[in-house]
Formats: sequence, C-alpha cells, structure tokens
Amino acid sequence: MSDKSTDAYWKANIRIITICMVIWALVSFGFGIVLRPLIAGIPVGGTDLGFWFAQQGSMLTFIALVFYYRWYMNKLDAEFGVEE
Amino acid sequence: MDQFVINLIFVGGSFALYIGIAIWARAGSTADFYAASRGVNPVVNGAATAADWMSAASFISMAGLIAAVGYGNSTFLMGWTGGYVILALLLAPYLRKFGRFTVPDFIGDRFYSQTARLVAVISLLVMSITYVIGQMTGAAVAFSRFLEVDSTTGLFIASAVVFCYAVLGGMKGITYTQLAQYCVLIVAYTIPAVFISLQLTGNPLPQLGLFSTHTESGQPLLQTLNEVLIELGFNDYTGNHGSTFNMVLFTLSLMIGTAGLPHVIIRFFTVPKVADARTSAGWALVFIALLYTVAPAVGAMARLNIITTLYPEGIQGEPLAFDNKPDWMLNWERTGLLRFEDKNGDGLIQYYNEANPPQRAIDEGWEGNEMVLFNNDILVLANPEIANLPSWVIGLIAAGGLAAALSTAAGLLLAISSAVSHDLIKSIINPGISEKGELLAARISMAFAIALATYLGLNPPGFAAQVVALAFGLAAASLFPAIMMGIFSKKMNSTGAITGMIVGLGSTVLYIFTYLGWFFIPGTNMLPNTPDNWLFGISPLSFGAVGAALNFIAAFIVMKISAPVPVEIEELVESIRVPKGAGDAVAH
Repeated sequence: MSDKSTDAYWKANIRIITICMVIWALVSFGFGIVLRPLIAGIPVGGTDLGFWFAQQGSMLTFIALVFYYRWYMNKLDAEFGVEE
Repeated sequence: MDQFVINLIFVGGSFALYIGIAIWARAGSTADFYAASRGVNPVVNGAATAADWMSAASFISMAGLIAAVGYGNSTFLMGWTGGYVILALLLAPYLRKFGRFTVPDFIGDRFYSQTARLVAVISLLVMSITYVIGQMTGAAVAFSRFLEVDSTTGLFIASAVVFCYAVLGGMKGITYTQLAQYCVLIVAYTIPAVFISLQLTGNPLPQLGLFSTHTESGQPLLQTLNEVLIELGFNDYTGNHGSTFNMVLFTLSLMIGTAGLPHVIIRFFTVPKVADARTSAGWALVFIALLYTVAPAVGAMARLNIITTLYPEGIQGEPLAFDNKPDWMLNWERTGLLRFEDKNGDGLIQYYNEANPPQRAIDEGWEGNEMVLFNNDILVLANPEIANLPSWVIGLIAAGGLAAALSTAAGLLLAISSAVSHDLIKSIINPGISEKGELLAARISMAFAIALATYLGLNPPGFAAQVVALAFGLAAASLFPAIMMGIFSKKMNSTGAITGMIVGLGSTVLYIFTYLGWFFIPGTNMLPNTPDNWLFGISPLSFGAVGAALNFIAAFIVMKISAPVPVEIEELVESIRVPKGAGDAVAH
C-alpha cells in the first residue's frame, strides 16, 4: 500500500473516531451530567431524561457506537485493501 | 432442603466445573499461557472479558453504592462501561496488531527503552496487586456468609481452585473458566432482579421496571422512592446532590482507568485478527451492560424493599419491632456487616436520617437512627432473602459472587505473572531463556502471585477500598496516556513518554496521599480530606483524569526538546495502524 493511501486510510479512521467520541461524550458527560438540567423537562417514568441517560441510555449508546465503529472500519479496511 | 446444603451444591458444582475446564484446557506453550495461542472466538472473548472485568466490586458492591446515593453514583455505570468505547476505538485493535503478550511489552518496544518497560512493569504490578486484594476479600465475605466456613478456610479453597486453572492453563484455562464464570454470574445476578422487578412493578425486565409504575402505590417507582426517602429526611434518589464538576471528572477517571487496566487489555491479545479485537470489545460491552443496566434497578428496588421491611405499616405507621426482624437481618447481623441498636429502648427500629431528622422523629422522641450499620456489600447478596425468593436463588447468588471475584482475580494474576516472567525475566534479566524455561517461570510466578494474593486477602491492609481507587487512578494517569500516544503520535519519543508516565504516576500518587495519608496510613495526610481543601475542588478519587492530562502535557513538552524517534519506530507505528499482517506479528 502506498504512503498516500495509508494517510487517507488513517485520516478516515481519525474522522470516524472523532465522530464516535463526540457522541460518546454527549450521551454521558452531556445528557447524563452537565446538560441534564436542559432536558429536565422531558419526563421518563417518575424522573427525567437525564437520569435515564445516566443509568441506561449512555450504556446502550456505547454499545451502538462500538458496533457501528466495527462495521465502518471493516468496510474501510476492505476499501483500502488492508483487511486480513 | 437446608439452605446450607443448597449453597454447597451450587458453589461446589460451579467449582467442579472450573476444575474440569482447567484439566481440559492445559497450556503447552508460552503462546498458550500468555494469549491462548490467539485462537479465541471473539464472542467467547467478549464474555471472558466481561467476567475478567466484572469483579467483586461490580457484582457485590456496585448496586449497593448506587442504592446508597442514587443518581450521584451513576458515575460507576457510565465510567465503567464508557471505558470500553475508548478501548474499542483507541487501543484494542492496534495493540492486537502489535501482537505481543503484555502491556509493558508494547511500551518497551514502542518507546525503544528498557526504562519505559520497567516503569510500565512497576505501574502494572502496583495496580494489579492492589486490585487483587479486593477480589480475595470479596471471595472471603461470600464464603463466610454462605458456606459458614471461616474466611481463612474460604480463602484457601478459593486460592486452590484458582491455582488449578491459572497455573495449569494460563490464559487458555483462564479464558474458558471465565466464560463459564460469566454464565454463572449473569444468571445469578439477573434472576433475583427479574423476580423483584415483577414483584414491585409487574414488569419482568428490570431495566424497564425501574421506570415503571410501582404496583402498590400506583405511581412511578422512582417517585415513590423519592417520596419515602424525603419523608425519612434523606436526599431524594434521582436528584443531583454533589458537585457536577467532580461527577464529570470521576466518570472520566473511571473511563480512562478502565481502558488502561492491563488485565483487561491483555484479553484482546487472545483473538485471531484485528477485526476480531473490535468485535470482541463490542460483545464485551454487551455482556457487561447486561449486568450494568440491571444494577441500577436492583439498587433502587432493594432500597425501597428495605424501607418497606422496616416500615411494614407504611412510612407513617409503626416501625418494625426488634422481635419481628426477618431471618435475613439476623443472618447478616452475624457477619458484622449489619447492626441495629435500640437507642430509645422502645423495641422498634427507627430508621431515618439523624442529620436531618423529620418532624415525626422530633415529635415521637426518637433518639437516633437505629439501623446503625448497613454495609453496601450486603445489598446484592441479601437481595433474594429481602425479597423472599426461593432458597435456590440464594445458592445461585453465592456461586455468582464467587465467580465474579475469582474470574477477576485470575485475570489479574495472569497480568502479574506475565509481567514478571515475560517483561522482567525474559526481556530484562535473562533474554536467552528458552521457551520451556519461560513457561516454567510463568507458572512459578503465577504460584507466587497466588500465594501473595492469599496472604494479602488474609491480612488485608485496612485501606483496601481506597487502594482500588488508587489502582484506577494509576491506570488512568500512567499506562493509558503512554499507550495512546504510542499509537496516535508517531513522533512521541522515549524521553517524552517516560517523563509523561512518571509525571502522571507521581502527581496522582502525591495528590491521593496528600488527602488520604502516606501509604494510606491514617493521620499522615497533610491536608484534611474535605472539599474545601481540595485543589480546585477536585476529589482525590477523581484525580486520575487530571494525572492523565499532566502526563500528556509533560510528554509533549519533553518530546519537543529531546532527540526525535528513530525511523524504524515510525515504521512500527505505521504498521500497527493498519490491520493487514497481524498474523505475521504473532511469531516473534
């Protein structure tokens, strides 16, 4: 593989990592903690959406993120011909 | 059938299973011993990782911690699962591609320095040994309560079982016993939770039950819990009563600490391909979340159940009489983890927050909270008894608690022994050692590590709980930044990385010791451990994230003013960034 396509592969990887990590931070530190007062108006079973994100939603989102990243990277590996 | 016999059948049966697996999965080579010959199916590895990771703290303590504080302790849920996103995206695939056996192996080779390797070995040994103490004491608690043996005997039995499969099978034996232990622990955790959720809300899924209507009061469960707690003078369950800043920092510390724990990282060395490391991290998270999404429901429901038990006629009615205490209270009082005291001598148990007594306490002349001790660790273990579940469920919980403690202990012991035999003996002291000699060295260091863990379990330093926090802080501040920079910065050199690790490690240890005492010896702290004294209000337990930041900063400054990395190291980094050729890296 040429240096040029190595660079392109790595850039694409960094891009998808950044997107995933932004979502990772948003659902946990964001909705679960810091932004909880902002979404406090949305009721969920006796409490509010922020509480749900802190005790359920963030973890479910984490799972989705890891599997999405896996799917995306396997596709990217094949595109650049670097899969095993 | 007698409860003791039932417990014995469940625990004995699970132990027989682990020993059977140990005999089946013996290790024949160092590749077997360190990495199960990299032939582990990614889903199996996911389950093994989940058992490896979920310790006595997750199984026994976590729901109790959440129950005690409510929303504020959601940090454990987000922190201990969020770390897997970091592992899956930033570390695991590249470390698998690198294709060595241990974490110090990577740090030593990537930073082309025996000093870097040694610093990594020291961090690893300190964090893993402190962590293993918690597992051994957790196993001892479960033994003494459920099998009525004293904890010394219990510990020896536990050590003997771990010895069988860890020394014989190494990573290979550990992987397949961890798979079995995961099945035992998740069934043990979920079954009582499903029963309790059904009892309280009619919903069989605890994750949904937590947000459902409480059958008895006809309003949402969490609302009922909030009302009852406020009535007794406690903080409401769902509100935020702590510092938001520390909550963020503590969660972040737990996340990057998780990602930097060597015994978790080495599990990803066991799968055949880089793509499998990604898959495996996803499954690990699924298996972990199965327990972690149930835990907050267990916490909230058990807390409500306990209050209902103590106030059988409703929160305004007469409290439970000392003479009517249910069996589970009597059982747990014997362990010393639960204690009542009739302060006003009226024969009734008044449970309330004496720091903020409700009007009723003043009117009726209550003289203090009479449930004087409720150890958080009881909650999960006593859960089936509190909810009056059948006795086989109690036997299951006993086996589950032990599975959680032993599976993590085994993973830690492997990390310790491989650091000694591979990184110290093979890489630093005697590079000429034969494959057979190294395997023998690995087995001997494993046996020593088990002996040490047993000794520390028998004589636990009084600070075991705080030391676990130290383990996370160290992982976050020393190993995680070094590994990450090793992958994501081609220019990071050895001087930078070593300085970074020492600064991260040093600042975290210093900060923790300043408030918790030197080596946790009470009275030797230089500042009182209260929020007014904390630097910028940062709690010592949350400092790992700050230590990690200092590590990064120091490393980049020193990198700028020291010799650049050799060309072959830049090429090494290039090669770990692409999955192709992971098979080749195995044979080195």
